[in-house]
Amino acid sequence: MAGGTFEKYKSDGSLAGNLLEWVDARFPATSMWRGHLSEYYAPKNFNFWYFFGSLALLVLVIQIVTGIFLVMHYKPDASLNANGVPIAFASVEYIMRDVPGGWIIRYLHSTGASAFFIVVYLHMFRGLLYGSYRKPRELIWLFGVGIFLVLMGEAFFGYLLPWGQMSYWGAQVIVNLFGAIPVIGNDLSILIRGDFVVGDATLNRFFSFHVIAFPLVLIGLIAAHILALHETGSNNPDGVEIKALKDEHGIPLDGIPFHPYYTVKDIVGVTVFLMVFSIFMFFMPEGGGYFLERPNFYPADPLKTPPHIAPVWYFTPYYSILRAMVWNFFGLDAKFWGVVAMGASVVIFAFLPWLDRSPVKSIRYRGPLTKVMIAIFVVCFFILGYLGTLSPSPTGEIISQICTVFYFGFFLTMPWWSRMDKFKPVPDRVTMKK
Amino acid sequence: MKKFLIALLFAPLTAFAAGAALHLDKWPGAVSDKAALQNGAKLFVNYCMNCHGASFMRYKNLLDLGLSEQQVKENLMFTSDKIGDLMRVAARPDEQKQWFGAAPPDLTVIARARGSADGSGADWLYTYLRSFYRDEARPTGWNNVIFANVGMPHALYGLQGYQTLNHDTHKLELVKPGQMAPAEFDKTVSDLVGFLVWMGEPQQEFRETLGYFVLAFLALLFVVAYALKKEYWKDIH
Repeated sequence: MAGGTFEKYKSDGSLAGNLLEWVDARFPATSMWRGHLSEYYAPKNFNFWYFFGSLALLVLVIQIVTGIFLVMHYKPDASLNANGVPIAFASVEYIMRDVPGGWIIRYLHSTGASAFFIVVYLHMFRGLLYGSYRKPRELIWLFGVGIFLVLMGEAFFGYLLPWGQMSYWGAQVIVNLFGAIPVIGNDLSILIRGDFVVGDATLNRFFSFHVIAFPLVLIGLIAAHILALHETGSNNPDGVEIKALKDEHGIPLDGIPFHPYYTVKDIVGVTVFLMVFSIFMFFMPEGGGYFLERPNFYPADPLKTPPHIAPVWYFTPYYSILRAMVWNFFGLDAKFWGVVAMGASVVIFAFLPWLDRSPVKSIRYRGPLTKVMIAIFVVCFFILGYLGTLSPSPTGEIISQICTVFYFGFFLTMPWWSRMDKFKPVPDRVTMKK
Repeated sequence: MKKFLIALLFAPLTAFAAGAALHLDKWPGAVSDKAALQNGAKLFVNYCMNCHGASFMRYKNLLDLGLSEQQVKENLMFTSDKIGDLMRVAARPDEQKQWFGAAPPDLTVIARARGSADGSGADWLYTYLRSFYRDEARPTGWNNVIFANVGMPHALYGLQGYQTLNHDTHKLELVKPGQMAPAEFDKTVSDLVGFLVWMGEPQQEFRETLGYFVLAFLALLFVVAYALKKEYWKDIH
């Protein structure tokens, strides 16, 4: 078990054995291997939804490795070259055309950004279905929400770098939102931009955040997320605590070693994921205008505001919630309340472990009320996401307001509806598909 | 029942998602048509590059269209540029801004930028280049149906001749024919658009070819990975 003590490695007399013994006496090599992989016991009943954690880790590696190579030719410079094109924009096209294999690296990175959010959203939804955030896993969930927030920042900063029209105006809109905060707002948005408008200073600081600060925080949080997970052990689709029933060696009856069982299983998941990923990357790298927005093939022009500014798809649900707030409360501008609602819509996930009062964890043993509530939440999330890609309209405004009410209603009324539901008895052992 | 409820919830969306759409003619060409692309390159160099640059493209990239270095040098390069140079326009952007009010945009990735819900970038360009009409109210004497008050004059005027807009039917009428018959002109524009599409991503065909190999490899890997998983998991019940 993780955190347990393991005996130090004893050499069998071979050269490799001697070397490992020497290392193991000075570094927890074998104990880390055993505690986190070969003797980390995971429930044996993981289903489809349990692929997305390891897939998120895979996408992280893709993003970091491709990012390292992109930085070798990318230039965070907003000044114009001899042809009147911003150098940052031109450097991306240079990577696409003149760097050997550059287009593969760039498409891996741009497709990877959307893939990251798809995988993370599915990973979070899994947590919601099976109550993975419930005691004793609250901290895992909190680290996870932290990862999600940092990931959003990472994506936002990264999106400015190609210095296209949507990069520029998207950043302009979002940074201006901070200006809606009373008293400090204006100074705060100038501090973020480093200028009075989005410009070269903004591009360079966003580059710094994107390639250094946020990836470091992200990796730290992911390490904490996994360490916390290996401390409590994984939840599972039945929401049964496998540590409650152990054999004579202290091994959970329903547990199997993560390695080799889940490593070989995850390779299958990785392969299927890479196939879907490749279909997008090689055959529709623009993702129908959702992965790479078309106006972003115009270089940033501070003098020409595009008729319609839409964030990338993974931000659109929150953007819709922002736009849904059109009332001036307490003498404060509607824009300010929009920012508050948008912030709250993301941060509210952190409270799930304490909002959910259901006596059982997994949706398998919860009743119709829970299922209906989750279905409504998902539908509202999709509608908000779709509306966020469109230009504002009166009909869209009303629908987004209704969906915003349902979105927050789902969380805020959860302490009641999660208790009122009908529940089925939870078995002692996990169930396997026949 | 659940499906019905979901459909009901999404119904209002489809109602207003269909806003005022721009009608675009479908581009009839294909990026795989090398002869058309070569013709398009010639048209681009002769008609577009006087004002518009393709400053992310190098002349040597044109070799991928099946042309020899000699052919590119003799037919597509008019200045003292070297074959490895970028296809830039002679005029400086700041001068152009003074002359035209706005610098003509770089066209390297224009076919990718012009896509929208109404149609692909190619459809937009194919329609746009055939939709110029005489409008004496404009400084250039030209206007465009899908790009109102466009700053660009009708560069292909000599080929198409000139059209006027019938304000009652909202249809274009060819008043004075140019060097080409309408069908011939459409093919010419199609070739030019084909070149612009190709130039937006010169490796696009290779990208798809490579994609099939990658998918074939992954399919093979899947068979092996799945068999390995089955073997390891056969005792887990």
